[in-house]
Amino acid sequence: MAKKVDPRKEPDKGVTRRGFLGSVGAGAMAAATGVARRAEAIPEITEPDEMIQVALAINGRTHRLLVEPRWTLLFVLRERLGISGTKAGCERGECGSCTVLIDGRPRYACMTLAIEAEGTEITTVEGLLDGEELGETQRAFVEEDGFQCGYCTPGQVMAAEGLLRINPSPSFDEIRHGMSGNLCRCGAYANITNAVTRAAELKKGDS
Amino acid sequence: MSEETPYWLDDTVPETPQTDEYPAPWKTTTVIGTRVTRVDAYERVSGTAVYPHDVSLPDMLHGAILRCPHAHAKVLKIDTGKAEKMPGVRVVLTGDSPGADMGWYERRGTFYGRLFDPHCRHEGEEVVAVAAETLPQAFDAIRAIEVEYEVLPFVVDDEAALAPDAPAVHEGGNLVGEPSVRERGDLTAGFEQADFVIERTFRTPCEIHAPMEPHGSVARWDGNRLTVWDSTQGVFSVQQAMARALGLPLANVRVIGHYMGGGFGAKLETGKYTVFAALMARMTGRPVKIFLPREDCFRVTGNRPGNTITIKIGVKNDGSLTAMDYKSLGSNGAYRYNASTSTMAVYLYTCPNIRAEDTTVYTNAGKARPMRGPGFPQCAWALEQVMDEIAQKLKIDPVDLRLKNIAEMAQYEDGVPLTSNHLAACLRKGAKEFGWAKARARTESDGHLRRGVGVAACFWGYAGGPPSTVIVKLFSDGSVNLNMGASDIGTGTKTWAAMIVAEELGVAVERMQIEHADTATTQYATSSGGSKTVPSDSPAVRAAAFAVKKQLLEMAAEELEVEESDLELHDLTISSRSNSEKKIEISKLAKLDRQGVVIGTGYREPNPEGKFTWPYGAQFCEVEVNTRTGEVRLLRFLGAHDSGRVLNRLTYDNQLFGGIVMGVGFGMTEERVLDRQTGKMANANFHDYKIPTMMDVALSHQNAPIDRPDTEFNTTGTKGLGEPATIPTAAAIANAVCDAIGIRVTDTPLNPTQLVRLIAEQRKEA
Repeated sequence: MAKKVDPRKEPDKGVTRRGFLGSVGAGAMAAATGVARRAEAIPEITEPDEMIQVALAINGRTHRLLVEPRWTLLFVLRERLGISGTKAGCERGECGSCTVLIDGRPRYACMTLAIEAEGTEITTVEGLLDGEELGETQRAFVEEDGFQCGYCTPGQVMAAEGLLRINPSPSFDEIRHGMSGNLCRCGAYANITNAVTRAAELKKGDS
Repeated sequence: MSEETPYWLDDTVPETPQTDEYPAPWKTTTVIGTRVTRVDAYERVSGTAVYPHDVSLPDMLHGAILRCPHAHAKVLKIDTGKAEKMPGVRVVLTGDSPGADMGWYERRGTFYGRLFDPHCRHEGEEVVAVAAETLPQAFDAIRAIEVEYEVLPFVVDDEAALAPDAPAVHEGGNLVGEPSVRERGDLTAGFEQADFVIERTFRTPCEIHAPMEPHGSVARWDGNRLTVWDSTQGVFSVQQAMARALGLPLANVRVIGHYMGGGFGAKLETGKYTVFAALMARMTGRPVKIFLPREDCFRVTGNRPGNTITIKIGVKNDGSLTAMDYKSLGSNGAYRYNASTSTMAVYLYTCPNIRAEDTTVYTNAGKARPMRGPGFPQCAWALEQVMDEIAQKLKIDPVDLRLKNIAEMAQYEDGVPLTSNHLAACLRKGAKEFGWAKARARTESDGHLRRGVGVAACFWGYAGGPPSTVIVKLFSDGSVNLNMGASDIGTGTKTWAAMIVAEELGVAVERMQIEHADTATTQYATSSGGSKTVPSDSPAVRAAAFAVKKQLLEMAAEELEVEESDLELHDLTISSRSNSEKKIEISKLAKLDRQGVVIGTGYREPNPEGKFTWPYGAQFCEVEVNTRTGEVRLLRFLGAHDSGRVLNRLTYDNQLFGGIVMGVGFGMTEERVLDRQTGKMANANFHDYKIPTMMDVALSHQNAPIDRPDTEFNTTGTKGLGEPATIPTAAAIANAVCDAIGIRVTDTPLNPTQLVRLIAEQRKEA
């Protein structure tokens, strides 16, 4: 389980060897038991200024850090780790701008506490890149002009990526349903639909 | 109307210098008019684009704002003692803080409030700002601030605001100036000539812009120099506002807005939060970031005023209009703006006798801001439904009725000519590609699913012009740096600019670097609003590329020893028209090699004198109405717009369809709800305030662009699209619903709740 840390005793700069080992163990255990069990595994009520050590597996790399229990995954990604591709739009689970993949499924990072996400595989829009090369879904959004201002786009791309990982050949209606949790105020929906269709083709190796 | 200062400009606009020679209109194009993917697409889909909300500076503090929870109140006492001692809190800013006592909400030289106004005129007015080490600490601190208010009676209803005993939002009553009246001809005589008269009242509730990136800024000082990263539609506008507010020279204020997550007019105005960030950054010596929570964006960052519009129109049996009496009432919220709507009614259709009256009132609600075609979608909702009703009454095709009544000139100015008006082409081409005649003639469907088709038309009353200055630098290897001040608010500005340079010089867009929207490094451009970035700035881009080309041809003429007039530039090679042996790649030009770079400066040419330029458009849609549930499915939408020349067909399609989507929201799903008991906004979030999702929009979108260059207007032949794209949408839907089930829906949102009620009433009457 995650380790509670009293910030008065352990400064939040750097990670102690003890904390490091503890959080690695926690990650491995949570991976085996899943997110829901992971949340139950914190028995005590923590104080607001108590920091908890977590290990987050983001885009194939493990980040170990101290978090407040109330910090969302979105907050940690953007404000603590500087992974700012994931956007904040409403921070209350309504717009989808912060959509990331958690164990391959699209999830709102603003509705996921950082401590909940320990032990899962988190993928952000940066994680779809291969070096500087765009992933298929990202390429499809470029080709089909599946955005305007681009602010909701990382969330749209991740929702599309998650949809296609679950359903590699979605129908028109399945795309509409699958993408309906992501708002686009510029209204690029027609092109987003085309982009998802195109991404499905690219993923199958059609060029 | 061209003499009026455009609504979005409160700033000093510099004149553009002029040159002797401007490029002639393009005869043929190879890049312009094609589909080119965005030059910044990689950044936007990979997550590498840094939006203002993503800016994170070393040692940066995070700000939060405490807002008045009442619709109308006076601040009596503020106790920040507890908050100041809280962990991480570095500064607490109130109206008593150094430099914070200033006027705010300036309109044409007059202030209507203060930066921190103890008189809070609507829910969400700013009371205290805090900056702390982390955002949660900043929010913890504002929750610990104790404020004593004297709660005042409020008014949030437009009509109630005009009652003599209504609570006064400002001293002197709630009327914002005198109602504006435009009159032409003789209304009484006009109605006497009419064979019949139609009179109807329409209502459109207040709409919120709700761009996906919240409003906010990051401010950093270096001595007495301020740098601001702002989610704005106009960096130069913010620069001017900040220089004024802080008493700084313009050169000491740098505003950067490379990426921004949507605005739709809400980000044309400088926010108080930007000043708060700058003041708190100066007090702490550390950068400060303030981004507003979504709920605050709903309450305080602008809206499209709700309107009540009554149209009384006199018509002859041949379909000509004899008189129109137009009355509009709307609220600009608690601070001075404008809620008028009548312009489209005054200009779109020929009518010799018109009286149009616009009344704007103050209410205890968030201040309005320009929103995508300010006033026009509201007017279209009313006017285009009335036109539909006239066609029904005369049993003629609504397309034909419109064709018969198009005003070719600016009729209010007694016939000032337009550089182009292709509304007839919009209606004809749109109808043809939509299959209008066939769809209208279809046999009546039975059962509870009824199909209908609708059309609506529009114009937009602005098309831009000077000033705009652009610089193009061509390096000796044939790559280009393009420097322009305009913001790219999602409209593809950078991409069409690159396409224009590619068209003129033959440089591939991949070999260009574009610098834009930075007051320190780029040239002045007006804010991106008013559907005028393309028609204002694209000629300047072209002129800059043209200036580069001219220098290259001069160099080649010298080196090839031929007349400059005999030379042409294609694919980075300059060749003689008369002697195909004489040619040189520009990278081989000795002078260019020595210089390393050719710099061309382009200025926007003046608009033609004595003429107006407006974009036009028509939209068609087919709906399926479920008479049991009141649900309306949008089966298909088609837009046929006259926006002059189409620069990039890919982004043109996208902008058209996006405008239609926003029109669907305006017409069918969106409505700000102010609680009558408290005056507070009851749906300040995306769950309760419904902007369209992918499930709400039409199943198919089609574009039938007119694409006729307006070469008299500017050197690229362009007019705007962004705003016209959303103006007729809602009215087209209402007309289609009426075609399907015979019910005229006069109030937005046209949603199932309203429609089942109207269907039940219809059954009762039958």
